[in-house]
Amino acid sequence: MGADIWVYIEHAEAAPKKVSLELLSCARSLSTELGGNIVAFVPGSKIDQVIAAVGSRGADIIYAAEHPLLDTYTTDGYAAVLADAVRAESPAIVLVGSTAQGRDLAPRVAARLGAGIVTDCATLAWRDGKVLATRPMYTRKAIGTVRVTGGGPCIAVVLPAMYPLPDADSPRRPEVRRRPVHLDGKAIRTSVREVKSVHRETIPLIEANVIISGGRGMKGPENFAILDDLARALGAAVGSSRPPVDSGWVPHDYEIGQTGKTVSPQVYLACGISGAPQHLAGMSGSKYIVAINKDPNAPMFQVADLGVVGDLFEIIPKLAEAVRKAKSQH
Amino acid sequence: MNIIVCVKQVPDTEAPIRITPDGSGIDETGVTLVMNYYDEHATEAGLRLREQFGGTVTLVSVGPERAKEALRTGLAMGADDAVLVSDPALNGADHLGVARVLAAVIKTLPHDAVICGKLSTDDNATTVGAALAEYLGLPQATAVAHLEVDAAGTGAVVHREVEGGVEVLAVPFPALLTVERSLNEPRYPSLPGIMKAKRKEIKTLTLENLGLAAAEVGAAAARTALVRLSPPPARKAGRMVEGDTEQAVAAILAFLVDEAKVL
Ligand SMILES: Cc1cc2nc3c(=O)[nH]c(=O)nc-3n(C[C@H](O)[C@H](O)[C@H](O)COP(=O)(O)OP(=O)(O)OC[C@H]3O[C@@H](n4cnc5c(N)ncnc54)[C@H](O)[C@@H]3O)c2cc1C
Ligand SMILES: Nc1ncnc2c1ncn2[C@@H]1O[C@H](COP(=O)(O)O)[C@@H](O)[C@H]1O
Repeated sequence: MGADIWVYIEHAEAAPKKVSLELLSCARSLSTELGGNIVAFVPGSKIDQVIAAVGSRGADIIYAAEHPLLDTYTTDGYAAVLADAVRAESPAIVLVGSTAQGRDLAPRVAARLGAGIVTDCATLAWRDGKVLATRPMYTRKAIGTVRVTGGGPCIAVVLPAMYPLPDADSPRRPEVRRRPVHLDGKAIRTSVREVKSVHRETIPLIEANVIISGGRGMKGPENFAILDDLARALGAAVGSSRPPVDSGWVPHDYEIGQTGKTVSPQVYLACGISGAPQHLAGMSGSKYIVAINKDPNAPMFQVADLGVVGDLFEIIPKLAEAVRKAKSQH
Repeated sequence: MNIIVCVKQVPDTEAPIRITPDGSGIDETGVTLVMNYYDEHATEAGLRLREQFGGTVTLVSVGPERAKEALRTGLAMGADDAVLVSDPALNGADHLGVARVLAAVIKTLPHDAVICGKLSTDDNATTVGAALAEYLGLPQATAVAHLEVDAAGTGAVVHREVEGGVEVLAVPFPALLTVERSLNEPRYPSLPGIMKAKRKEIKTLTLENLGLAAAEVGAAAARTALVRLSPPPARKAGRMVEGDTEQAVAAILAFLVDEAKVL
């Protein structure tokens, strides 16, 4: 087994996903203990723009695996390409972002290679020649420390927003190596009919530094417009607790919590959310929590760094105004 | 249509978690154990396919003897049969080991669709489904939020939630699916269903019955091991602001600028 650390670069619309870039920082911190090169693995077709965008983010080598059959993500196509490359090059660690694609791909490749896999990692370290990961378990009521044992590569699926985005102007100029890709169309058994992008007023949850989340206290779908407006002012994403999803006020992918997404932004602003354990399961890893609730006894206040007792319908619009004003004065 | 549903028994997520003093795991005394939440959705999906196409729904679980209770929940919902693989040699098995054991069972059963939950609420691994698909050599669709099987039962068109959108994917059967909660609303077990489930014999298998060695799937084969469990970093209640709207807005703005530094 080599000492290289690979980062699987997921991309869409010719740009790498933010979490994939964050993993280059994770790889850098691991490589100080492990040595070895940081390799960005970029599968796809027509990936020159992605390669350029990864270029100055601190990778030592970029492996480009280009093939027309990799135009859209399929489990069969991408698993074959990644597994073949890992088998040929034997990196120590392969880092994959915890996204829909990463969670679909990584276990399949790990099973094919017999590689140790640890998912939903919050931190990764290299101790005594082994990967040591921490990860939330039991709906975030416990943190597990997991050791990857045995030889051979390890695949680590890492949560978004755990590592900083690397600077865009690293002096390293990675060498781009093109890997030959052998793929047979018949080996790809599924076909992607379309990807319907859901129109969002704001940026996606996993890319966001700031998340504004609305609960049952929002009272109706139309009121999410005030959260959208504040989100635009802050450059934030909008999420929700479960009742707004169950009531059909917002799409399912807004949901944060045990049966929704796990997020850990710099700031989580909870509006009209009481703070049930199932909701905390998805967001209590946030750096800062701000809560607005008219009930001073809401459990959310027990975890909030800043708790504001008040009516969100009065506070949010004024806050959006104040944010815009503050920004215009910069 | 022959449908297999993989079911795991887990602690009820409503229950508080007590970590054992040595940090090796959780203290299970007094903790209610239930069918993994997403596996209820998987079972429901299986039952609906049977209603549409006929056939059978067989539940498979890997776990200790007590995991039979989770299987009984699924039988009470209406599944036809249940198989438990229980073997002390599986203590310390990792998720790939569990997937191998499931694959060994499922290979002995006719299957047009194998359905798993999206994740288990104890380990949160999101690993077993896709690994099982690999060991069975099946195509996969994970995190399925909408499922439409063609009239002949030869394949499905599914919706998968991906960041920023929905992927519409065609997958031929036999296939492995892992399911999201938005796929369906699981039915409650009926009273006659509960009575029937009580009498039903649950087949129990050991590794030997499956022709598997502990060295292939047990702790010795595990590539990951839990070193310890710890409580999550405690969050303390911070500052409270109780004032008029102006004061509230000023406090939040100051917090965003000075403390969180996002403005
Ligand atoms: C198996 C299972 C899984 C679950 N998974 C999830 C999950 O993933 N995510 C999740 O969120 N929930 C989940 N739940 C549901 C969870 O238990 C709670 O029911 C839910 O989180 C409550 O949402 P809420 O805080 O928005 O609503 P409520 O608890 O009803 O709270 C609404 C809050 O709004 C406040 N409010 C009302 N009006 C105003 C106003 N004008 N200004 C300010 N505040 C106001 C109220 O004081 C109240 O505190 C799950 C439940 C189960 C059983
Ligand atoms: N021990 C087990 N027995 C049966 N099915 C399991 C087991 N562990 C996991 N699964 C299945 O795999 C899914 C995902 O689990 P996990 O990979 O642990 O998050 C679950 O929802 C189950 O359908």
